Amino acid sequence: MRVKSKNSRLEKHHIENLVGRIYMSFCVLLLVVIIVSMVYFVASKGIANFVNGEVKISEFLLGTKWAPEADTPSYGAFPFISGSFLVTLLAALIASPLSICAALFMTEIVPGWGKKLLQPVIELLSGIPSVVYGFVGLSVIVPFLRDTLPGQGIGVAAGALVLSVMILPTITSVAADALASLPQNLKESSFALGATRWQTISRVILPTTFPAIMTGVVLGMARAFGEALAVQMVIGNAPFIPHSLFESASTLTSVITLGMGNTTMGSPQNNALWSMALVLMLMTFVFVLLVRMLERRNKI
Amino acid sequence: MQFRKSWIMALALTSVVALSACGNGGNKATTNNGGNTPAATNTESGSGAKLSGSILASGSTALQPLVEQVAESFMNANAGVDIQVQGGGSGTGLTQVSEKQVDIGNSDVFAEEKLKDAAKAAELVDHQVAVVAIAAVSNPAAGVDSLTKQQLVDIFTGKITNWKDVGGADQAIQIINRPASSGTRATFESFALGTKTEDQKGSIQEDSSGTVKKMIGETPGAIGYLALSYLDDSVKTLNYDGVEPSVDNVIAGKYPVWAYEHMYTNGEPNETVKAFLDYFLTDEVQTGDVVELGYIPASKMQVSRDVAGTVTPK
Repeated sequence: MRVKSKNSRLEKHHIENLVGRIYMSFCVLLLVVIIVSMVYFVASKGIANFVNGEVKISEFLLGTKWAPEADTPSYGAFPFISGSFLVTLLAALIASPLSICAALFMTEIVPGWGKKLLQPVIELLSGIPSVVYGFVGLSVIVPFLRDTLPGQGIGVAAGALVLSVMILPTITSVAADALASLPQNLKESSFALGATRWQTISRVILPTTFPAIMTGVVLGMARAFGEALAVQMVIGNAPFIPHSLFESASTLTSVITLGMGNTTMGSPQNNALWSMALVLMLMTFVFVLLVRMLERRNKI
Repeated sequence: MQFRKSWIMALALTSVVALSACGNGGNKATTNNGGNTPAATNTESGSGAKLSGSILASGSTALQPLVEQVAESFMNANAGVDIQVQGGGSGTGLTQVSEKQVDIGNSDVFAEEKLKDAAKAAELVDHQVAVVAIAAVSNPAAGVDSLTKQQLVDIFTGKITNWKDVGGADQAIQIINRPASSGTRATFESFALGTKTEDQKGSIQEDSSGTVKKMIGETPGAIGYLALSYLDDSVKTLNYDGVEPSVDNVIAGKYPVWAYEHMYTNGEPNETVKAFLDYFLTDEVQTGDVVELGYIPASKMQVSRDVAGTVTPK
């Protein structure tokens, strides 16, 4: 009797294990199927124009004229590709020093109340929806730029500013984690050798954590590159390579959101938008690869 | 052990919730049916045959508020009918209706202009439910009341870049445009400019009329175009060749910058869809909801226009 009950208990155990295992495998399989089919879908749509000879791939990537509704349409996406890179790099340039300083402040300068105060504020920033950023940008940053600088306020500068605020939390939290995980003895030996706090931070802490901080910067850039709504509201969306920071320009994401609903599936214009989506996706892969490479260099 | 069991239960529960959430969309119509049947018998006694079924409409965001409001009152009168209205843009609406994913595709433009496959466009049946007129507007400080067609063309093709060249203040012109694929832009270009324009360097493009209005009101020297329902004192409405863009002028055929709002069905509509579309053209809706939301009743128009743009008196 006792043996039997022990047996059944074991069986139950096995069944549970099996059910859990099947459920897990199902979930993982589903995830893989979803990802693979999405990549396939975007890729197949994205190369449609090149396969059926509607647009040459060089014309798409390097062409500077975007006039899809013209009598002789041209589908040059270079203004959008360059626009995306421009706002992303500018945003990273603005946000990185701020984020790194905030992270240093939280972990090195005033680890007590500094962290208690800054951490929730920065986490709050990452929870604000992008449409709110866009609207604040349109209502505050754009009029400010219009009144103080040449141009109409709308343009690359406004887009980069809005994006830089959006990616602040990403970079800050990754950098703060990296700094916090730095072994205490590194700092202590530096102080013991008579180095000041500034010398310790600039010669020991920052160089050691550099790859980890760069991971944060790259993650922030990935977010900036893919952000659509907020940028689209303030950048102006003219399909040209801007000659100044205060001139209307476009990004890949903004032209996709502007055009996707108004074009019909299967039209060359719609397929050109999918090609841009493919470019975006490939860029995301590049960002992921970069993060991987940085992580490998990370020696903490 | 105990922990594990509850954990698996939680997972199973989540999946059940997720699955049932997926299925909800399709079931909605039938559940609504069941719940509301008693009410239906009360309100439906007047119109004879009782309608049932669900209608899915998608497409133009410019037409969406009107369709939603009319659908609301239609559903109140016919409790067996469930109507869902989605946005997505004219292109989406036309694609989906021609692939029979939706019952009605809402569009700002003729299907022939949007669908590249002429055979597909020919399958669609057009129902013109309203008219939208578009006016050129400027920032109030520009100091201009009226522009001719040629002046507008010169502005939107970048030949005129300062308001003083058209009799206004000495101020640079800032074009606030809609994206090249926009239905509003297509209407403005075909009927106000008579030509397609290329995007000008430095011009601004916004994808919603609300933002366009905000930008024109705020930006010195801005010019753009808006549907009549968006006009207010924050922007200056410009006369076109001396004609004021008013509802009366549009109805009389004096003001040319207008377009139909289309509701396309794939082939002849079924009974329920047909009843809904017929309801759209009743006086109750045309002089009620349509006017209330700032559109112009299609039934009132004294002129009509075909795909090629030829205007004929009705």
